[in-house]
This record gives sequence, structure tokens and C-alpha cells, in this order.
Amino acid sequence: MIPAAFDYVAPTSLDEALSVLAEAGDDAKVLAGGQSLLPILRMRLNAPEKVVDLGRIEALRGVRDGGDHVAIGAMTPYADVLGDALVREHAGLLARAVETVADPQIRHRGTVGGALVHADPAGDVGAPVLALDATMVVVGPGGERTVPAGEFFRDLFETAVGDGELLTEIRIPKHTGWGSAYEKFVRVSHQWSIVAVAATVRVEGGSIAEAKVGLTNMGSTPLRATAVEQALVGSSASALADACAAAADGTNPPSDLNGDADYRRHLVTVLTRRAVQKAMEG
Amino acid sequence: MTRISVTVDGVSYTDEVEPRTLLVHYLREVVGKVGTVVGCDTSNCGACTVHLDGRSVKSCNVLAVQADGHEVTTIEGLATNGELHPMQAAFHDNHALQCGYCTPGMIMQAVDLLRENPHPTEDEIRQGMEGNLCRCTGYHNIVKAVAAAAGASERSDA
Repeated sequence: MIPAAFDYVAPTSLDEALSVLAEAGDDAKVLAGGQSLLPILRMRLNAPEKVVDLGRIEALRGVRDGGDHVAIGAMTPYADVLGDALVREHAGLLARAVETVADPQIRHRGTVGGALVHADPAGDVGAPVLALDATMVVVGPGGERTVPAGEFFRDLFETAVGDGELLTEIRIPKHTGWGSAYEKFVRVSHQWSIVAVAATVRVEGGSIAEAKVGLTNMGSTPLRATAVEQALVGSSASALADACAAAADGTNPPSDLNGDADYRRHLVTVLTRRAVQKAMEG
Repeated sequence: MTRISVTVDGVSYTDEVEPRTLLVHYLREVVGKVGTVVGCDTSNCGACTVHLDGRSVKSCNVLAVQADGHEVTTIEGLATNGELHPMQAAFHDNHALQCGYCTPGMIMQAVDLLRENPHPTEDEIRQGMEGNLCRCTGYHNIVKAVAAAAGASERSDA
């Protein structure tokens, strides 16, 4: 399988990328790590006239300490996020989720920013980014704006990043000392999540003081299990099941060959309990 | 057409390619590195795994133009002076192949795995090889070969 022909541009600065995008309009597609886009091009599900490769823009790569948050460049590959000491210490939930993404080869090329803008509901980085209350930095012809993660995911494969705009950075408030876990249910280890749950908790005196829970593939976008988060406050490890029973509230999961919607509604309560339990252990 | 310069197995090549050319097709059809094979063509099976700047990638999921200015190592670049790479020797010694089609990718990923984790447990080997499929289902001996290669490097460290 070979993609349809396209023109290729590899800008070396953000300004250059924005002007290329402005000029190309609807005919351009942005290439980040390419681990979702290249299969799409090969299967000819999309045939853009121009591909704009962000891979030569060094400024979009890397993780830095932003004071109260960890700032992740949108073009940072999964493998670098996973190995980053700041991420592991202050945004452990993201690391837990990233280590389950696809396989090592894909994690060497795929980027966190690319995955977020691609916005596949079965992708693994949306739920932790949402649960960690991240802020997305979006740059366009009109300058820079910030979008809270809660307003970033609009629908299936659709985000707040508009035409001619680029996601440049993901800012994750530091969750230092929080325990976290990502419970992913799959039939084949490197495949997409059938359902997954991202949970991070702050434990005080053996019970939960604060909890944040994000859900993967329980609707057309990543979702927050707010009812569970509220019910978990004050819970100890032995009394999680009741609080996690509400995990499917307000969700609209898909039905497919891996399981119907009711199966997913049940599965998510089990995975939420397991994720919270593991998060409490560290 | 776009002009690219890529170092493949230590030799520099400069070629004109169509931007839509996949790295695996460039390696096989232009450079002649047919040791790297196309398996599933959907980025699932890992048979086309090569190293790009020292890290394993699926070469059906990278454009040749993205490799411009970078360094690629294929299965053909692992042996030195006619001596098999220790991972190749371990696959040979442990009967870690049946039809052999997945083997180039398996070996390239296994080399990368030991680069990141020189002394993996069996479970870590299985996790580290999750992106490589063997349709003969010969995983048991593949895992044994990777463990043997890790053990061999441990002995040579000592």
C-alpha cells in the first residue's frame, strides 16, 4: 500500500509552519510522528495535496519545568516522555498511560501532541491529560491561546485546534506525590484500548483526599468520571467498589466486534476499581 | 521529487525520491537492502523494523523523506567482518525461527530492547517484543534467544 502523491514541506520554525499552513488551507495535512497518519495515507482514507512535516522544528520537542506545571513540547515522542524524570515525578499518570501505547517502535516515533490532535477516542493519552487538568497551548495566525483539556476534545477525531493552527505544548499541573495507574483492557497487547481507565489519587492517612479519573473509549471523546471522583473522597482501599460503580454514568460507549456498549459499561466499573486500587498503592 | 541524503549501514546515499515513498520501499528498491522485508504493510507486524538514529522503528510507517539527514541500520548492517552479531548468533543457536520471515524485524527489535534494558526478565522480553508478530507462533524460542543474547553480553561484561 502506497499513499497517493502529495507535496512535502518540512519547515524548520513554527512561523514558517504557520505560513505554509495558511497558504495551503484545507489541502494540507500536518505530519507529527506519523504513526496514525501514515497508515491513513497508505490505506488512502485521506489524500492531502500537501503534507507539512513538523519533525524538523526542534523548539516543539522536549520537556521543561514550568514551575507549577510540566510543559511537554507537542512533538516530543512517547519514548522521551516515558523516560523523562519530570514527567515521572509530577505527572506519573501520563507516564503510566504512555507505557501502554502500541509498541516500542511506535513509541519511538509517535508523539503526544500528534495523538492528542488526532483525537482517536481509543487512544491512550487523552484520558490522562484530561484527568490531570492539563492546559493546551495552541498557536495560529492570530497568536497564541490556551485551551483547558476539558474544552479541547470536541468530538470523534475533532479538537479545539482550528484550521491553520497547531498544538505546540501541553502543560500539566504538577501532581507531585499522587499515586497513579492506567488500567487498559485489550485482547492483543499492542492494540487499541477496548476500554481503559486513568486514575490518580492523593492519599492522606490511608484514605483518598482527592481523586481524578479519566476514561478511554467510553464515548466519542475521552471522558472524566466526575461522579466517581466525588464518591471516592474519604474512601479507604477496602471500600472502593461502591464508589466505582458510577464509572459508566454519562458515558456513551461504542459497540463493535470487541464488545457491545453494555459490556463496556460493566467493564469500566471493574477497570476503575482496579485502577484506583493500584493508584492508592503508589 | 525530493532529494534526500541518508546513511544506510554506514554508507551515505543521496537519491531523488517521491515524498510518498515509504522508508522500507526506499531501502529495498533503491538502496537494495532486501534483508528488510514488508510483512503486514499496516504497521502491526514489525517485520520491517530497522534502527533510525539508533532507535527501532517500523520502516513501513516512516517516509523516506523523514529519514533525510539521518542514519539507518538494517539487518544487513549488524554483522561485522563476517561475524554474526551476538543477537543473530543467539537466534541461530536457539532455533528462534521457523519460516524466518519475521526474523529480520525480530532481531532488530531485540537489539533495541537490550540497548534500553540490557538484563531483561522474561516478561520484559515479551513486553519489549510486543510489536513483532511471528505467524509460525515460534515465540518461545525467540524469547529464549533474546535471553541468551542478554546473558552472553553479561558474561562478556564480566
